[in-house]
Amino acid sequence: MKQINFTLNGKPVSLELQGQESLLTVIRIYLEQTGTKYGCGLGECGACTVLIDNEAVRSCMILAEDIEGKEIISIEGLSSDGELHPIQKAFISHDALQCGFCTSGMIMNAYGFLLQNPNPSREKIIVGMESNLCRCGAYNRIVDAIETAGKEMPKKVKL
Amino acid sequence: MKSAIKSEAAYSRRRFIKNLGGGVVVVFCLGEVSFSSLFAQDGQPLEELDFNAYLRVKEDGRIDCFTGKIEMGQGIITSLAQVVAEELEVSIYDVDMIMGDTELCPYDAGTWGSLTTRFIDPVLRAAAAEAREVLLDLAAEHFGMNKTSLEVIQGVVSVKNDSSKKITYAELSKGKKIVRSLTKKPELKKAKDFKLIGKPIRSLDAEAKVTGKAKYSGDIFLPGMVHATIVRPEVFGSKKVKVDASKLSDFAGVQLVEKDDLVAVVHSDPEVSQRAAKSIKIAWEAPIAKANQETIFQYLEDTIQDNKVFESEGSLQLGEETSKVYRKATYHDGYKAHASIETHVATCYFEGDKVTIWASTQSPFGTRSSVAKALQMPLEKVHVKQIFLGGGFGGKSNSQQSIEAATIAKLCGKPVQLVWSRKEEFMYDNFRTAAVVKVAGGTDNNGKLKVWDFDIYCAGTRGTELFYAIPNKRIRSFNQAGVHPFGTGAWRAPGNNTTTFARESHIDVVAHAAGMNPLDFRLNNLENKEMIATLQLAAKTFGYDKEKKPGHGYGIALGQDAGTLVAMIAEVFVDKETGEVQPIRIVCSQDMGQVVNPHGATLQTEGGITMGIGYALYEEIEFNGGEMKTTNFNRYEITRFSKTPKIECVFIDKMDAKPQGGGEPAIICVGAAIANAIFDACGARVYRMPITPERILDALS
Repeated sequence: MKQINFTLNGKPVSLELQGQESLLTVIRIYLEQTGTKYGCGLGECGACTVLIDNEAVRSCMILAEDIEGKEIISIEGLSSDGELHPIQKAFISHDALQCGFCTSGMIMNAYGFLLQNPNPSREKIIVGMESNLCRCGAYNRIVDAIETAGKEMPKKVKL
Repeated sequence: MKSAIKSEAAYSRRRFIKNLGGGVVVVFCLGEVSFSSLFAQDGQPLEELDFNAYLRVKEDGRIDCFTGKIEMGQGIITSLAQVVAEELEVSIYDVDMIMGDTELCPYDAGTWGSLTTRFIDPVLRAAAAEAREVLLDLAAEHFGMNKTSLEVIQGVVSVKNDSSKKITYAELSKGKKIVRSLTKKPELKKAKDFKLIGKPIRSLDAEAKVTGKAKYSGDIFLPGMVHATIVRPEVFGSKKVKVDASKLSDFAGVQLVEKDDLVAVVHSDPEVSQRAAKSIKIAWEAPIAKANQETIFQYLEDTIQDNKVFESEGSLQLGEETSKVYRKATYHDGYKAHASIETHVATCYFEGDKVTIWASTQSPFGTRSSVAKALQMPLEKVHVKQIFLGGGFGGKSNSQQSIEAATIAKLCGKPVQLVWSRKEEFMYDNFRTAAVVKVAGGTDNNGKLKVWDFDIYCAGTRGTELFYAIPNKRIRSFNQAGVHPFGTGAWRAPGNNTTTFARESHIDVVAHAAGMNPLDFRLNNLENKEMIATLQLAAKTFGYDKEKKPGHGYGIALGQDAGTLVAMIAEVFVDKETGEVQPIRIVCSQDMGQVVNPHGATLQTEGGITMGIGYALYEEIEFNGGEMKTTNFNRYEITRFSKTPKIECVFIDKMDAKPQGGGEPAIICVGAAIANAIFDACGARVYRMPITPERILDALS
């Protein structure tokens, strides 16, 4: 067992871990932040996407020992001071979800993508989101939402 | 069955009234009223209906609406609130939906078959209308005036022409406990008076879902809870011979649970329970493989002997003799997974002899009875709680994971969470069945269909009633229990995706052989006026007469499901060198009667079409007998962002009609619309789904 230190949504966390646990288990089970979802366990679906140092990753594929000193953001950390993030607002206004199970991962992947690609084209959004799966079929609306958020984000968020 | 439903309904009603707080309550229960048949629609046997509803106007003026249905993304949490708000004259945001909790909600068999809007909706409207009348009676008494001189706006009753005299629903309900059972059909609003029905309303649960706050079965954590991992065989249907759990001592704190073929380990840390489970070696006796994904079709044809004639008229021989053009073909469709992003999950705990379960199930009441039966407990000792589902599509209709979780919880004496892995999901999903459809069709010199012979293996007859006028026809359904190497079950519009693919592909085959274009050929043979109007709306919206770009093709498919008529036109691009298909756009026109929430109906249609592209082009389970080769999304391609075409949904305007199904119908036409568009684009007629690049290149060579 070893001590692993990182921040989750801005708060410092220190856990006694083996190191081989997945980041998904750390977030969902040990820290009980359940907005991040298990979908496949192989990094194939994107439901577990979170940000590590502002980069979107599949938390099911990350080992706990590799998050030492990192800044992690999950869906719970996206809104600030009770106000929804522009991506969350756009997902609501475009109704870019149905069952909602892929939604956290979609939003986090979109967040990581928009941080790297402000105000992107639809074509670029599709490439950036391609590896996230939605079985309910909300893809077109998700692209619409990211397009809207891409225009809003630079106004509200420091890039 | 019917009496069982009655007794469950009566039980839940008694319990509901007993636990009731104050306010105005309207109760509707199947079997306790004589007018239930008024709500039945053509062709729906009454015993399949279970439209119970409770509605409570609380003392704070908010409305609790109780239904046994569940929310899995299909949007009824919004559309049901919408109809209640309409009849009660309140804001939709004052309605709280309480769904699928077996101790709070009225009995319901399950959320499937696109039944909710067709059957629960009219009942909730009736209950809401009755509640409105009760509140108006109270207001009339309060003001000492006749009810007809009052009006309600947003939960406030006022005297017409005297706005100073008003009283809220909250004030009227305060200190009251009025329980009404519906005994006559109340007066429902006419379409011309609708304020909410027919208006687009965005999903009411969206904010909970974009913030990660929405709770699913795996998001429940209980004090002292352990995570269970079940040791599974590699082959479906295997029987346990011998268990070697000697390595389990390497894992501190794990507990072994064993009952019959169920072997599981539990630990407070899921990572530990998963590793510990891997250390257990079980010798299994596996059933002998009889088919794989290539041989299954011949196997089904050879094995199944029993058939039932579903529809028959005239003489097939006469039809063939009078046909100028006569074509036969056999269509194949492989097994498909439901592939919800949420796997099957159950979290449960025992308190004394009673178990409480949160489960991803489309049938909370079915889960209650299955768990009670499996664990030999009385029904009232099993409580299934309300929870969101991360997708269902028919795949969460059974109760296996709940029985497993409850069994493990009972044996280990701790609260248990069981989350199926994606690999387990790909073994115990009750797949959409593989199927064979043998079709023969012919036309005379005028392009009129004279004969139709349609033999269906395994896909059933849902939606196969012919809407084309054909004098000589026969539809037979071949099926046999236990013929599949693993479980099969309902998959969004069961069977209808496969049979619509076969019928509408073959209509095109015959049309082309007769030298007619597929649109004219269909219009020439349709007898159902509503279907003609639906197809014409699709063709007009699509611009079917527009010129195509090189390599592009258009494809039409018609179908019917859950009372709704569907006409779909797809445009695709096919790369002739690689066989790759790019869906470009799809227009879907539907006659679904009254469209309660056009926005919600659009979401369902878009979703169905997007999902449908997966079964048409990519999805196929690979297996050898019960041994699954497909174990995760890396071997099971579903539709992605880049393959989603532009989608346009249009509805026939029928606001005074009864609402019909919306969750399933659109998806049934995707296979044939894509297949026909591929043929139009490149001349490849592919008779097997998924229509892969290899199959397109084979058809071209």
